[in-house]
Amino acid sequence: MKNKNGEIGKAKSRLTALEKVTGSAKYAAEYNVPDLLYGYIVNSSVTKGKITALDETAVRGIPGVVDVLSHNNRPSLPWFDVMYSDMDAPPGSPFKPFYDNEIKYDRQPIALVVADSFETARYAAAQLKVTYETEDFDVDLRKNLDDARDPSKGLATLIKPLPPSPKGDFAKAYGEAAATYDGDFRHGTEHHNPMEMHATTTVYEGEGKLTIYDKTQGTNNSQIYVSNVFGLSYSDVRVLAPYVGGSFGSGLRPQYQLFVCVMAALHLKRNVRVSLDRKQMYTFGHRPQTVMKARFGADAAGKVTAMHHKAVAETSRFEDYNEVVVNWGNILYPAQNTLLEYQLVPLDTYTPIDMRAPGGSTGMHAVETAMDALAYDLKIDPLEFRLRNYAERDVSEDKPFSSKELRECYRQGAEKFGWAERKPEPRSMKRGNRLVGYGMSSGIWDVIALPARAEAIFTKAGKFIVKSAVNDSGQGSYTVMTQIAAEQFGISTEEMTFEYGDSEHPLSPIQGGSYTTGVVGSAVKAACKVLKEELFKKAKRLKNSPFADSEEDAIYFRDGKIYAADDDTVFVNLTDIFQNEKEDKISVTKSNVPNPLKLKQYTRAAHSAAFVEVEVDEQLGTVNVTRAVTAVAAGNIINPKTARSQILGGMVWGISKALREETLTDFKTGRYVNPNLAEYHLPVHADIHDLDVIFVEEKDEIINELGAKGVGEIGLVSMAPAIANAIFHATGRRMTEFPIHFEDLVL
Amino acid sequence: MKQTEKKLQYQTTLIVNGKTEKLTLPAWVSLLDALRHHLDLTGTKKGCDHGQCGACTVICDGKRILSCLTLAVAKDGSEIKTIEGVGSKENPHPLQRAFIEHDAFQCGYCTPGQICSALGMLEEGEAQTLEEIKDSLSGNLCRCGANANIIDAVTEVKANHYE
Repeated sequence: MKNKNGEIGKAKSRLTALEKVTGSAKYAAEYNVPDLLYGYIVNSSVTKGKITALDETAVRGIPGVVDVLSHNNRPSLPWFDVMYSDMDAPPGSPFKPFYDNEIKYDRQPIALVVADSFETARYAAAQLKVTYETEDFDVDLRKNLDDARDPSKGLATLIKPLPPSPKGDFAKAYGEAAATYDGDFRHGTEHHNPMEMHATTTVYEGEGKLTIYDKTQGTNNSQIYVSNVFGLSYSDVRVLAPYVGGSFGSGLRPQYQLFVCVMAALHLKRNVRVSLDRKQMYTFGHRPQTVMKARFGADAAGKVTAMHHKAVAETSRFEDYNEVVVNWGNILYPAQNTLLEYQLVPLDTYTPIDMRAPGGSTGMHAVETAMDALAYDLKIDPLEFRLRNYAERDVSEDKPFSSKELRECYRQGAEKFGWAERKPEPRSMKRGNRLVGYGMSSGIWDVIALPARAEAIFTKAGKFIVKSAVNDSGQGSYTVMTQIAAEQFGISTEEMTFEYGDSEHPLSPIQGGSYTTGVVGSAVKAACKVLKEELFKKAKRLKNSPFADSEEDAIYFRDGKIYAADDDTVFVNLTDIFQNEKEDKISVTKSNVPNPLKLKQYTRAAHSAAFVEVEVDEQLGTVNVTRAVTAVAAGNIINPKTARSQILGGMVWGISKALREETLTDFKTGRYVNPNLAEYHLPVHADIHDLDVIFVEEKDEIINELGAKGVGEIGLVSMAPAIANAIFHATGRRMTEFPIHFEDLVL
Repeated sequence: MKQTEKKLQYQTTLIVNGKTEKLTLPAWVSLLDALRHHLDLTGTKKGCDHGQCGACTVICDGKRILSCLTLAVAKDGSEIKTIEGVGSKENPHPLQRAFIEHDAFQCGYCTPGQICSALGMLEEGEAQTLEEIKDSLSGNLCRCGANANIIDAVTEVKANHYE
């Protein structure tokens, strides 16, 4: 069917824009439902051990306190792990809040104080007297590297594969290489810190029926979790999340504020809200501290021949969180002798959780530093060196790429940035008293395919509605889904209604991994296609229908009509279909299930190239990213305006990762010592300068129905290594630890 | 006990977005929570509750302040402008229009604070250069990384409406 109106590819302002700028967008903690109770969570003050006593007397005496819930008096809970599982649960045994008196990690939630006001709940929570029996613990990754072991396999390792087997003879090739690089890398723990703190408002509708406003990346995920844990029917639990104030992975799993809020609402048969405070935002998942080794070797012609990349990351004692850290290098650069290793060290922390560009942003630091170092060693321009090692085919899996326009990213990015102006020698460029450096890096992120469902509706009043449970925490999914749906019917985005963020709508996977546009968008497209077929069938059956004998390829949809492809004067008004209908709407629901046999034949990835200029003041140890260009090949860009913002956001995250953010651990107490936005450093406006984004044209007919690869992570992966490489160019010093501290740079 | 509790409540009058609001509040209620919980003005956001992120920025008697670090009772008689008073969906303020035009937000959670802070800055009229503008707005964090678009939006409004 032919479309005359192209909504896909238009730079549209996000559809929630007016609500967001006027303050009328409501987030999870902003539903001021009647007779609302406020819960405040008490967290453990020890890292490991047992609660021996929990004295509630003082708390219960405070006027306004309604109840105190803990392992002592919690309602009955299921015992089996599987009931606590969720769409993103790694292999292991999920954490069960308030289950027993055992403390597994610092600031574990142990009690909930419920009161008639927020202030009373907070005050009362501080009065709870808890005594503990402490046990020895360990949260120091580097001290426990000897305990590293392979990760357990499970559902998570299907989406996030473990490293491929060794190939060729790494030791021999590395020994014979004309140039080698051997580096040890580390980055600290990081926390997502979305601006909106996690919160849940539970409306008790009576008879075990709940409406829940939750901060989540998956309304279905929260719904299934709550239903399973509390023994409620799925149809009695409705989870809504129309606005989510950022998440970056923190909302991939149902977090404990949801659990305790629902528990209190069911127990008290009241409406309850539980919001975490900022300190509590550091108590349920993080990017795991990771140490890496990279040993790369190249021949005299500048071809990488040997590649060893090993990563050891922390996980909790109860779940094996894994991410793809070491697989990327050999997809990008076709070395024939590789040794890729990934291991975990269980520690007394909470289980890590995916955080924007999980694994990729960690691994690429080592890969791209090693590549840069080899280029300098061989006196080859770093960009030229990457071109000499350009993979036309993924040798790590021996597969073709479904599409790959990285070469064009290099070319357009370098040109826009002015890479040719770079002087090859380190420390050769200056501006006033500051050293200037140019650095670049490649980037890669995989294209994940998953099943999803969507419903498409046409009403008697002539309205198009498409529904999916999918979230939008700022990525722009609501807007791009509306564009995709509108395009199918040849109407404008403004004429299409897309309903989302509601667990009652057709099932969507949790939103993450840059796959939402491709995965949910394909389901939207599939549902619209079925609705079009249905509408056409009915149009054919109309009395005197001009299309009685027409085939689908002889018509197209536009502006609420079906037109003959070869004659604009021949059409049927879609609303006329209802002359023959009993119902006042026509509705279809369709699943889109990717074909794994077809997809498996290809390596599917988005690519990027980042070019960065830094200024380094060696007297003060400060680094300023003065300008940067990121060129991205991510297939079809549905909305260049919101996609550009995604890449800009990723670039800011790259600046943050390289130069700012880190959660510091006191190994003696097992405690994060900077759990607040003053001491957990994020870039501020004054840190951000000239950032530019290029989308290069890329066609992909393999990955999904839309040819869209997603842009959530790809802007981040190349940015941080490019900054480190630019600092090398400026100073002659390799930056192998993130974030880079000023003491790493002072003379 | 209820008696004691009652005694600790204070009559407080706030003029919020031009409307006189008479509240009876305990002293420990922040201006932020008074707006969000007592007046259902949830446009003002809570991002940290510790004065570290700027999401709760409102304009109080013409100056931008952090409403999370302000006790509501201490502002008895003050004029408060929140995002709901900056402009409406039907008639948005130039800053609100510019934020949409420049896609100066993603999740939208820091946005009301960014806009109130920018409005305060423009009214103060002190920040002039690009660097001064960035510095002056750096108390408002944005985790989505919309910084560049925010600064573009604000500088455009400054050029068109405040010069």
